[in-house]
Amino acid sequence: MSAIAQKKGFGSVLWDWLTTVDHKKIAILYLASGGFFFIVGGIEAMLIRIQLAVPGNDFLSAGLYNEILTMHGTTMIFLAAMPILFGYMNAVVPLQIGARDVAFPFLNSLGFWLFFFGGIFLNLSWFMGGAPDAGWTSYASLSLYSPGNGIDFYALGLQVSGAGTYIAGINFLVTIINMRAPGMTYMRMPLFTWTTFVASALILFAFPPLTIGLFFLIFDRMFGANFFDHTMGGNTIIWEHLFWIFGHPEVYILILPAFGIFSEIFAIFSRKRLFGYSAMVFATVLIGFLGFMVWAHHMFTVGLGPTANAIFAVATMAIAVPTGVKIFNWLLTIWGGSIKVTTPMLYALGFIPSFVAGGVTGVMQAAAPLDYQLHDSYFIVAHFHYVIVGGVVLAILAGLHLYWPLMFNQMLDEKLGKITFWLFFFGFHATFFIQHFLGLMGMPRRVFTFVGDQGWDAFNAISSGGAVFMALGVIVLVVNIVKTVVQNKPAGTDPWEDGRTLEWAIPQPVPFYNFKRTPLVRGLDTFWIEKQEGNKEGMTYAEPLSDIHMPNNSFIPFVMSLGLFIASFGALYNGEKTWAVPVLVIGLAITVISMGVRSWKDDHGYHIHKEDLMDDKGGKY
Amino acid sequence: MKVGFDLAMMKGLKKWRLFSMLAALMFFLAACGQEQISTLTPRGPVASEQFNLLILSTAIMTFVIIVVVVVYVMALMKFRRSKVGEDTIPEQVEGNTKLEILWTVIPIILLVILAVPTVYYTYTQAEVAGMEEVDEEGNKTALTVNVNAHLYWWEFEYPDLGIVTSQELVVPTGERVYFNLMAADVKHSFWIPSIGGKLDTNVENMNKFYLEFDIESEGLKDGVFYGKCAELCGPSHALMDFKVKSVSREDFDAWVAAANEEPSAPESDLAVQGEELFVQNGCIGCHAVSAVGGAVAQGQGPNVATFGDRNRVAGYLDYTEENLKDWIKNPQEYKPGNNMPEYPNLSDEELDALAAYLMGLSVENKQ
Amino acid sequence: MAEEIKYTPQTWPEHPETANLEGKNKFLGFWLFLGGETVLFASLFATYLALKDKGPEGMTFTTQSLFSEGLPLVFLMTMLLLTSSLTSVYAMYHMKNFNFRGMQTWMAITVLLGLGFLALEIYEFYHYVHIGFYFSQSAFSSAFFTLVGTHGLHVVIGLGWIILLMLRNAKRGLSVYNAQKYYTASLYWHFIDVVWVFIFTVVYLMGVMG
Repeated sequence: MSAIAQKKGFGSVLWDWLTTVDHKKIAILYLASGGFFFIVGGIEAMLIRIQLAVPGNDFLSAGLYNEILTMHGTTMIFLAAMPILFGYMNAVVPLQIGARDVAFPFLNSLGFWLFFFGGIFLNLSWFMGGAPDAGWTSYASLSLYSPGNGIDFYALGLQVSGAGTYIAGINFLVTIINMRAPGMTYMRMPLFTWTTFVASALILFAFPPLTIGLFFLIFDRMFGANFFDHTMGGNTIIWEHLFWIFGHPEVYILILPAFGIFSEIFAIFSRKRLFGYSAMVFATVLIGFLGFMVWAHHMFTVGLGPTANAIFAVATMAIAVPTGVKIFNWLLTIWGGSIKVTTPMLYALGFIPSFVAGGVTGVMQAAAPLDYQLHDSYFIVAHFHYVIVGGVVLAILAGLHLYWPLMFNQMLDEKLGKITFWLFFFGFHATFFIQHFLGLMGMPRRVFTFVGDQGWDAFNAISSGGAVFMALGVIVLVVNIVKTVVQNKPAGTDPWEDGRTLEWAIPQPVPFYNFKRTPLVRGLDTFWIEKQEGNKEGMTYAEPLSDIHMPNNSFIPFVMSLGLFIASFGALYNGEKTWAVPVLVIGLAITVISMGVRSWKDDHGYHIHKEDLMDDKGGKY
Repeated sequence: MKVGFDLAMMKGLKKWRLFSMLAALMFFLAACGQEQISTLTPRGPVASEQFNLLILSTAIMTFVIIVVVVVYVMALMKFRRSKVGEDTIPEQVEGNTKLEILWTVIPIILLVILAVPTVYYTYTQAEVAGMEEVDEEGNKTALTVNVNAHLYWWEFEYPDLGIVTSQELVVPTGERVYFNLMAADVKHSFWIPSIGGKLDTNVENMNKFYLEFDIESEGLKDGVFYGKCAELCGPSHALMDFKVKSVSREDFDAWVAAANEEPSAPESDLAVQGEELFVQNGCIGCHAVSAVGGAVAQGQGPNVATFGDRNRVAGYLDYTEENLKDWIKNPQEYKPGNNMPEYPNLSDEELDALAAYLMGLSVENKQ
Repeated sequence: MAEEIKYTPQTWPEHPETANLEGKNKFLGFWLFLGGETVLFASLFATYLALKDKGPEGMTFTTQSLFSEGLPLVFLMTMLLLTSSLTSVYAMYHMKNFNFRGMQTWMAITVLLGLGFLALEIYEFYHYVHIGFYFSQSAFSSAFFTLVGTHGLHVVIGLGWIILLMLRNAKRGLSVYNAQKYYTASLYWHFIDVVWVFIFTVVYLMGVMG
């Protein structure tokens, strides 16, 4: 094992990252690329708020504004929030359940590279004739009407990155079902693992309808099909249904892992077991289930008729019940605990009122007749930013601080972290609270400008002012990360001192094979139990020391994804350029052939021998 | 611990005064926004019902927020590590079934309170049978308007009256007005915030609903209600505004009668010249000048029979001659992506003539 | 290493496809994948049902034409595919009995039947296009070709997969490493078969109702 300690050149480091199948490294890849896209989406958000700061502004043109708002939504959902959460899932879940890796390390890498190339493809639209401009929902009549290649970039880019997400979903499901350490029963799984599990199940069933919808759009726009062309018998409402059958579960795919992160934080920093664990698990599963029953509440104004609207209204209200159960269980977790306000805990505490505010406006919109007024107004913009920023983004920032020592063996600066929180938290409420009223006062969403003196001027100015604070918060965060990485001070095992679950028991930096010996899980919060019983090592083991089987690195996932990336250009320019079809064929061939190579080659991985394990640092035997 | 929690809940509940809270809420909300465009100043029964739902749901939700915040703040005050001691290991409570039941059942009750009027209004507001009712002579008893949404303008067709207008809807007060909604090109959404919620204009199927106007729009700022397109429909979605004039039934009947007459001849020489230009340049090919007729095909332009009565140029620009001339010269600059060709070669005199002609086209003056 | 062990029919595990953790993972993962595939086809079926017989004015080719034009051929296709599902069951039977040659033979028969199906389907499509029912002709045609074509694509992938497996392992013989691959491939083949039964019913048989 001396090889791992050797100094490596840049080339071999790069090669290592391109071919890695280690879940901890893939986690970092997800976090880094998701973080990059988060900054991109954030800049787009700032441009939006600059444009809307004053009435009649001409900072952005009408068409460009629509491109920016579309890319802001698409980037934030598909390329920032989901990948960053995948980063945490990769970093934490295998450690949390006592596994040496995910079930399919090769597919894990493939999932990442598909997402990465899909995201790059989507963003290349900026430099190749214009970005998509029909909103992140890309409703069919407008997305067929939209000139240029923007929508093609949207459909193809999401198709490629969506395939990656789908693969990742299956991977986590199998990992959690099959790879749990002895004693880690379902009802001892930490909440983050549970929420990852349910979110992955949602991915499994929600992404295929999106895939189909996107294929219809691709076929309609590039290959002459008529799914959405009403003059040829097509129907645009099909797109709306398919999109929201995907789109509503997607919201829960984002928020459930966020709930998981906060559940961990509340327990750790209250030094108290999660209150009502089984109710929390049940609520998580119920939310996931109901998530599939409510998609048409995005379509109350489409004209589905009163019966459909009434059913979906009541079903939507029902989701508030398990969500409320969660909120109260969190409150009762901190009640009677010993609350330490660290940066992650600060985010979690900020999350409660923010998310409750976002949740209750959701219930208001579930009342269908009221939604006729609220739908597509700034009220809905305020609502979903309250749940997505107040829920998901706060969880992402909290998770960044919480899991940074686990991923990098360093602590982010607590002081700067708290400054970021207050700037971001204040800016967030200043930006979005006021937008509820803009909506009620009649301002539609997705407007590139507005006529002055309709009672909206002051509120829009305040909203834009708030956005500045959010941006400042993110800048401080970047400074914090740079400072921490440069200082590079080891954080050690159990850096928060009150860690409760397995991931905190593992020696730092985490060995590439994770657990030298598979741990035995003796209850919920197994690390806490060991610590309370005075076990210095923090783990009881389920097996004697023996050889560890490891998968080989592989460059094939990168090549397969690259093939689809190339093929996408072929599809995009089909009928416009003579080279389109050959490029499409070549790209698909690259993917198919590399799949064939993968199947043909024997790849049994390798073993780390017992003797080498004993020599390795980080444990004493 | 449990006792403390219950006490806190009770205290929170006692502080709660539903009525004063509601009154304050309504006062605060009604102070927001302008009468001609705000959902908070409902001026028709549909919007009022929706506003009542807003108040009811806000009240319920405020109650929830208060309960959460009370527990939250108390927990934060009582259980900080600095208060309970650095080395304290709190009791590891598993949960409490009674509490779980409590915070499952109470929200369900609250939601039922909200769900009942929701379902009721969902059905009543979808009621459009009145559209087909006829009197003894076989005439429709209610007014129906076909709304056709185009990139980026609105056409209002009165199928039973044989007239059509655009950009500004004229309706009688105090009675249900039924709407057939459809889009000619891409999906739009029809919304008059002070009168009622929106309904989409789809490309493949017709949506129907009704609205009712309580007051005449004359007293409002600009003398009209504001209407909006609420569904992203392209670059100029933000500018796809329309206006609504609500008038008494007598005034409406008079307006209909006037609209059924042939347009009166232009009064000034300049306007006569403008009429010629309007024909020569082919404007007439897309823009009808008589209100008598039906819906236009996709790609054609709005009817200008009521141009002189309008409140805005192009739906959102102030109604001035200057704006009208700028618009004719360069429509793409004012509404990017719209279908009107540009006329950069018109001379200033020609533009003056066209403006005089268009601004003289009026139905109201004939009343 | 498990894959280096030389098995005999006596030592061959009862469930070779799930004999080790890797096999168990792939077994479960593939079932989940088929769950997602089911949703994928459900979306296609729903779209087909929404768009069937929808097209521009004067469209003559309808679901009834599918019934009258296509049924004899499609019935033959159905028989081929159902039989191929059965032959793949035989192949799995031999796999469990550690009979490599028997498994390869039955897999080969499965492939031949699948190729027959594919050839007939290509002929069917060719015929429709020839009589003016082509992909971009109407919403109905787009929905039809996308639904049936997606199934056809699955057949192509399934055939390519099985052929690749047979060639790859021709010299290597049976091991727990590749037994699990054969197993998932045959599972995939069954799934394709089941989807076809639905297509046959919903698209062709129900065409008689128009």
